[in-house]
Amino acid sequence: MAQAPLSLLAIDHLLTEEERAIRAVVRDFVDTRIKPEVADWFETGHIPARELALEFGELGLLGMHLEGYGCAGTSAVSYGLAAMELEAGDSGIRSLVSVQGSLAMYAIHAFGSSEHKEQWLPGMAKGELIGCFGLTEADHGSNPSGMRTNAKRDGQDWILDGSKMWITNGTVADVAIVWAQTDDGIRGFVVPTDTPGFTASEIHKKMSLRASVTAELVFDSVRLPEDAMLPNVKGLRGPLACLNEARFGIAFGTLGAARDCLETAISYAIDREQFDKPIAGFQLTQKKFTDMAVELGKGMLLALHLGRLKDDHLITAEQISIGKLNNAREALAIARECRSILGGNGITLEYPIIRHMNNLESVFTYEGTNEMHTLVIGQALTGLAAFR
Amino acid sequence: MKIAVCVKQVPDTWAEKKLRDDDSTLDREAADGVMNELDEYAVEEALRLAEANGGEVVVVTMGPERAAETVRKALSMGADAGVHLVDDSLHGSDALATSYALAEVLAARNFDLVIFGSESTDARMSVVPAMVAERLGLPQVTFAQKVDVDGSKVAIQRQTEYGYDDVEAELPAVVSVVEKINEPRYPSFKGIMAAKKKPVETLTVADAGLDAAKLGATAAWTKVASFAARPPKAAGTVVTDEGDGGAKIATYLTEQKFV
Repeated sequence: MAQAPLSLLAIDHLLTEEERAIRAVVRDFVDTRIKPEVADWFETGHIPARELALEFGELGLLGMHLEGYGCAGTSAVSYGLAAMELEAGDSGIRSLVSVQGSLAMYAIHAFGSSEHKEQWLPGMAKGELIGCFGLTEADHGSNPSGMRTNAKRDGQDWILDGSKMWITNGTVADVAIVWAQTDDGIRGFVVPTDTPGFTASEIHKKMSLRASVTAELVFDSVRLPEDAMLPNVKGLRGPLACLNEARFGIAFGTLGAARDCLETAISYAIDREQFDKPIAGFQLTQKKFTDMAVELGKGMLLALHLGRLKDDHLITAEQISIGKLNNAREALAIARECRSILGGNGITLEYPIIRHMNNLESVFTYEGTNEMHTLVIGQALTGLAAFR
Repeated sequence: MKIAVCVKQVPDTWAEKKLRDDDSTLDREAADGVMNELDEYAVEEALRLAEANGGEVVVVTMGPERAAETVRKALSMGADAGVHLVDDSLHGSDALATSYALAEVLAARNFDLVIFGSESTDARMSVVPAMVAERLGLPQVTFAQKVDVDGSKVAIQRQTEYGYDDVEAELPAVVSVVEKINEPRYPSFKGIMAAKKKPVETLTVADAGLDAAKLGATAAWTKVASFAARPPKAAGTVVTDEGDGGAKIATYLTEQKFV
């Protein structure tokens, strides 16, 4: 009798009934709504983002861990578990939700004026309005402080110029949170995407996150009113706080993709016979499964520990780096190993594995590259910054 | 309008079901418990009727302690309150005893409408809604694929093999629903969190004023004399198609008296 990798460690014992109930809803939704269609979305490079956003909004997924303004106000652990179930569907689908909730909505919630919150958050929680988040530029990824996008005063107004790259939800967004240099340092701006001078163009020819919208944003003398600026944060602290929210979700999310790969590979290997016996019965395959289940379980314990710290308002950026670094890395390794177990079948979209594997290449890089998280932890351990 | 929805926790639909060696009852600990699928449709219909006509939805269950999860699931979908009848002496109750217990609990609370799923995935008898209606002396309008409430009347479309019958009754009445009736909502996260704060009345057999002698395995009108596990699936018959595959299959079906 085969046992599921995470039930091996009785992970559910660590969850409350409410957390399990929220997870069950997302798992059911992903099983019925996402999994049957996502391979086609991935292949065609197109997702019904608007429809999905409304459905996510109805469940309460968007900005689910924020308080007020129509947000559900769940625990951080529940948010992490939801991210995990979404990413068991597809990293691109989880990205849509992460960017909406943890980047765009969180920025407004944490740093916006009460007018910003009233104007945007209720519609974003319902999924009627979609948000994106512009920090990374073509030439400034790991080092955002060098960004070229700038906002200059023109009377009371702001004039925004520049561009942002690799922006999830970019072409479907109603509002962009854009970080720009000003005379007063880096500031955030709430930019309705129908403002003249704002353009978003979709990035094609991706081999990863194909069930996700990725765009370049260009600002050509975009005139914004004075109150477009997020009043309550200055400097890189603002965007980094948002990224920490999203990275927290990724520490859980990647495990969902890994779990889906591992469960797929185990059930495949039990059915697949070579030399007149199931390949799951071979020692080499079993060693792969054991190593992967151990890593998945460790990653889950790490994620839950981070979740409890976050719910107790004790979590640090370095701790989130440990979660993102380890779980993105191990999930990618698990996906690759599972791909090998499925042999030729592992390269088709008939099975979820190569889709997860290719997606995780992006997740490994975005929201802080593996290298940057390594150096953040190195700095915490030594007091020496290796990257400045 | 005050609506009761009766729900049951059953073993997960996909789990292998086992009987207990000691008393031949279903081993409810062996598998995850979930809300009986048709009961989700019943809850959904109750919520829709309450939303359209105003009123309160009370979810009622009888079952072991962990059946409280099923009550909370209904509360997280939007029901207002719960009643959970839980008592060791209920263990092993048959349909007659179940209908007696539910009818007493329902009678004490004066509902305008009682809604059931039309069968459970574990026992699959479909008799409890009818038995409860009979015990309460209420009209039973069962197997509904559509329910409308208008003032003091309930009108349903009763699903039949050839289509449906229109059936009407005066309220209060007992309705059971089939899966065609609606698409149950997911509990929203807000609903899940709000469910913890909604009132759930937990009753023992004594609290409910029930006669324990009429309940449980010893009072059941039928007994399981013995049981055996289903034999493992035998290897199938492989028919090789040499241009006559259709004829071979027809022969097989005839031999097995399928056609």
